[in-house]
Amino acid sequence: MLLQAKNVSHFFGGLCAVSDFDLEIEEGELVGLIGPNGAGKTTVFNLITGVYRASRGNILFKGTELVGKTSNQITDLGIARTFQNIRLFKDLSVLDNVRVAQYAQVGYTPWEALFHIGRYLPEENRLIDQAMQLLAVFKLENYADEQAINLPYGQQRRLEIARALATHPSLLLLDEPAAGMNPNEILQLMEFIGWIRKEFHLTILLIEHQMRLVMGICERIKVLDFGATIAEGVPEAIQNNPKVLEAYLGVGGEA
Amino acid sequence: MTTIPAEKKWLSQLQSLYDSILGRRWLLPVLLVLGLILSFAIPQFNLVNQYIQLILIYVGINIILTTSLNLINGYMGEFSVGHAGFMAVGAYISSILTTQVLPDAWLAWSFPLVVIAGGLGAALIGLVVAIPSFKTRGDYLAIVTLAFLMIVKSVIENIDAIGGPRGIPGIARLTTLPWTYFWTVAAVWVIRNLIYSRFGRGVLSIREDEIASDLMSVNTRQVKLLAFVISSFFAGVAGALFAHVLQFISPRVFDIIKSTDILIMVYLGGIGSLMGSILGATIYTVLLEVLRPLGMWRMVLMPLVLVLLMIYRPRGILGMREFRWFVPLQDLLGARQWRKKKEASDAAAS
Repeated sequence: MLLQAKNVSHFFGGLCAVSDFDLEIEEGELVGLIGPNGAGKTTVFNLITGVYRASRGNILFKGTELVGKTSNQITDLGIARTFQNIRLFKDLSVLDNVRVAQYAQVGYTPWEALFHIGRYLPEENRLIDQAMQLLAVFKLENYADEQAINLPYGQQRRLEIARALATHPSLLLLDEPAAGMNPNEILQLMEFIGWIRKEFHLTILLIEHQMRLVMGICERIKVLDFGATIAEGVPEAIQNNPKVLEAYLGVGGEA
Repeated sequence: MTTIPAEKKWLSQLQSLYDSILGRRWLLPVLLVLGLILSFAIPQFNLVNQYIQLILIYVGINIILTTSLNLINGYMGEFSVGHAGFMAVGAYISSILTTQVLPDAWLAWSFPLVVIAGGLGAALIGLVVAIPSFKTRGDYLAIVTLAFLMIVKSVIENIDAIGGPRGIPGIARLTTLPWTYFWTVAAVWVIRNLIYSRFGRGVLSIREDEIASDLMSVNTRQVKLLAFVISSFFAGVAGALFAHVLQFISPRVFDIIKSTDILIMVYLGGIGSLMGSILGATIYTVLLEVLRPLGMWRMVLMPLVLVLLMIYRPRGILGMREFRWFVPLQDLLGARQWRKKKEASDAAAS
């Protein structure tokens, strides 16, 4: 078991954003998390990554309790994520966006950094090399010195995934990776997600509204509505689940 | 019609001259050594008069203050108004050492240690002020630093042993031009080194998006502590130098006006730029002196200049842009060199 969430609940004041959420992900799986707007999907991501601290319940990653840990500790354990609305470091260069994410992999102390002595230079060169290799995988190496904000939308999305991978995760959380993409781009993205999954040995949990993508690549899907899990299973079963149809289309729908 | 191409030619010539100078990075160490020699020669042979020497010392001190505040306000994107408080701590610790603790005979050789002591004292306080920054940001942190400044001032005012509100008079004039030069170069160099390291990239990412930065494995607490400690250390150093050139300090010297002065220099020169801070501190200090004959009107003119600057160049003279010589080579050329190497190896493979 790579990730195990047990009875996780989260309240914003009196509002229950997530209630008794259970999730089990095995190593190597690709799991989808869907649900109507406001169902609590992103909150689940925020709970896993330590942006919020769960009001109740446990989240175990490789057997380690995540509730109560800071975001950077959780990232160090091997969980990385992207954001629904792209959150790149806009004024930094593309290369620096990736290098920020290498923070925990640098082997020099503050003293070595302050005087640029010892391991500083060899380590910096090693990091640039690694970061450039990663950028090349995402076909971004020629934009390394550009400001991130100046990249076109699709490349910003890719850079965000590259930045997440620079932390060397084993579990990748993708928050609506296909947002704002046309059907053609979605097809490419599906291929791409499958490829990085193999290439980087990733387990992936993704939130997505584009059913074509979710049904196309996820092996297992979990459906949330108003913070509660209403269905879970393989894509075919989810597609025909009356509760899911009700959540998306409302009661008494013709479908 | 004929004047325009001529002008353009002249401009492009100037541009290419500037570029060719920028290409010669070895000039930087040469200029630094030249500056060091000058800093000894000027007081030795009285190359310029005492008044101008004094202004040079103030320019140096202000560069230290501006670059160190830029680390917090410009690079990290917080808003600290407490810089004068750190300066006060450094000034008081060093002045107490030279006026009350150390025997007069020791002063000349122990001055560098006294300055370091002032810096370390301020750094220790900086460590404490960094802790609220874990939880608060922006306007709220500004209020916290404002409160810190008030606390420092009233603590000093209420300790009679260090002069209370009357301050400490009769401080020996130990700040010399060479020492000012040394500390100015040291401050800019160390802060530049910090910025071009993993910690510096952490500092920048906190400015850009703190939550994303934390999620990208940056230990934001460690980074904030380091930034505050380094920034307040150099504020303390500047305070120590300042006290030993002014020869008199009192709590009133280190009030919010002093903090405001430093803030103005930071935003005038440009946030997130070391060369900007150097320019900002130099221009502001020199301009205030040049405009001295205007008397009261200089305090009308200066703010007016600032208002215009904020309207037409809101990021300051060099906001977010760095002088090429200050950027380490691997940062400047790393990506390009990697691409070249790859092209070469690809060509060899095919």
